Amino acid sequence: MQELKSTPKRDAALAALASVPSIPGIKKPDPIIIADNVVRRFGGLTAVDVEHVEIQRGTITALIGPNGAGKTTFFNLLTGFDKPNSGNWTFNGKALAGIAPHKVARLGMVRTFQLTKALFRLSVMDNMRLGAKNQVGEGILRALLPFSWRSQEERITQRATELLTRFKLDSKADDFAAALSGGQRKLLEMARALMVDPELVMLDEPMAGVNPALTQSLLGHIKDLREQGMTVLFVEHDMDMVRDISDWVIVMAQGKVVAEGPPDSVMSNPAVIDAYLGAHHDQPLDEQE
Amino acid sequence: MDWVFILQQAISAGIGVNAIIFALAAIGLNMHFGYTGLLNFGQAGFLAVGAYTVAVLVVNFEVSIWLAFLAGVGASILLALLLGIPTLRLRADYLAIVTIATAEIIRQVARSVSLREYFGGSDGITGKFGADFFALNPFPNGLELAFLRYTPNDLWVVIVGWALVVIFVFLTYLMMRSPWGRVIKAIREDEEAVRSLGKNVYFYKMQSLILGGVVGSFAGFVYAISRQSVQPDNYSTALTFFAYAVLILGGAARVLGPVAGSIIFWFLLVFVEQVLRQAVANDLIPNWLMSPNQVGQVRFMLVGLGLMLLMIYRPQGIFGDRKELALDARA
Repeated sequence: MQELKSTPKRDAALAALASVPSIPGIKKPDPIIIADNVVRRFGGLTAVDVEHVEIQRGTITALIGPNGAGKTTFFNLLTGFDKPNSGNWTFNGKALAGIAPHKVARLGMVRTFQLTKALFRLSVMDNMRLGAKNQVGEGILRALLPFSWRSQEERITQRATELLTRFKLDSKADDFAAALSGGQRKLLEMARALMVDPELVMLDEPMAGVNPALTQSLLGHIKDLREQGMTVLFVEHDMDMVRDISDWVIVMAQGKVVAEGPPDSVMSNPAVIDAYLGAHHDQPLDEQE
Repeated sequence: MDWVFILQQAISAGIGVNAIIFALAAIGLNMHFGYTGLLNFGQAGFLAVGAYTVAVLVVNFEVSIWLAFLAGVGASILLALLLGIPTLRLRADYLAIVTIATAEIIRQVARSVSLREYFGGSDGITGKFGADFFALNPFPNGLELAFLRYTPNDLWVVIVGWALVVIFVFLTYLMMRSPWGRVIKAIREDEEAVRSLGKNVYFYKMQSLILGGVVGSFAGFVYAISRQSVQPDNYSTALTFFAYAVLILGGAARVLGPVAGSIIFWFLLVFVEQVLRQAVANDLIPNWLMSPNQVGQVRFMLVGLGLMLLMIYRPQGIFGDRKELALDARA
């Protein structure tokens, strides 16, 4: 385990959360997201039933839980990719229920996907450029007048090049995205999300399928996002990683938030151990009915 | 075997009116299918709407042909909206089902007995509705080359037709190298990813459906004007699938793919037909094997076989890049 480095943003995030007790659904001093009574049912199965949860601004918050806990569904609901049966949530105080996913992204809440969605037959650079907001040349008439969008395109390309360099993908800029390895695609997806200038980055299993050599650099990039003033919410199964980078952990099980708190204490919370291993895991078998 | 005659026929088919009609239809499909990934199986419907709007307005209502062209474009935009509003939010296969059905509905309505008064039933509409268009013809003598002959009217249609092809190819080229084209191609790759980056996917798909449909209606104009008649059964599903054959032969998502595909398709079709015809006439193919009446069917079998072989050995088409095609198999 690498040593946890102290940075101003990390210290600020930890200080803000220091006085927050570890109770599921607890209020935070400066929440960027507040969700209330978000329920999503698939037929008879209640996939998500979150009574109240808040995400603190400027922190890296992990969302963990066993398979089928509803983490990805909750992600889809928050970003508008799925519609809840009921519930309200706000982003920066703006109500988001019923808002289309592309509008959610424009507001500054950008997500990545569990199964990476690189745009295969576009170059890596075009993948990046696509993310930029308010592009003049994306209008159908202005598209025919290259002089009207060329200078903006140059600025976008420059910013994309800087980001690609940071993510060590600059040498691949002209290759098709399909030519990247699985880990590089994860990096590309994260870099592309940053082109949208998000305030909140939501990463769905950023480490899934990434080889160990790339893991450290991905972790570094996620910590970097906080240093640049962004808020990060991520779903992850790798507990070492969760312990390493998150300031706060929210645990879901069977659609509900069952625990939250700082990473070290939440892992030993009996509710969390129950969620992963079952409620009767320590009892002798003969006591069960 | 008169090879000069065979080549002459094949070449004039390769640059003739049919090649123009299918090039235009396939340019529209290229926008839909090649770039945006929309499965439009009703391109014949867009051609029919363009052709019938012009014929009905000019012949039955004595509207000026220029206004009728404008109305034809308007009608194809309406058709695109009608098709797109309910289906573009759904998965891609729904558009395919709805478009193939709509094109058939349009054809059946046009040939229906109860609307015979307007659409002429299964005979369609015949008349000199292109008169105002042909009045502008600056070539009163047509073309008389050793190899190539056109009547004045045919020459004018071919010149204007190829000019339209050049214009729409150039527009496609401009659109596809712009940020707009980048969004369109990204939608073909993965809609959800494009949505997650803040683009209104539905809106872009609608624009693409309209643009390709409008190009299709121009193919319908050329069809109607060149023959000075419209007939419902010319706009059957077969037309759509020939346009797909042309597009895939030339290479989908390539600016010049539809044009090259159409020229080659019509050249080959007529070349094979003429070779068979002469072979039968000169007893090179015995009568018990193939009669002159069967040539028309056998040419389609042979061209179809050729297309199958092309798909096996060169699935990317003439202009396509095989490596790029292979990327489609999601790793």
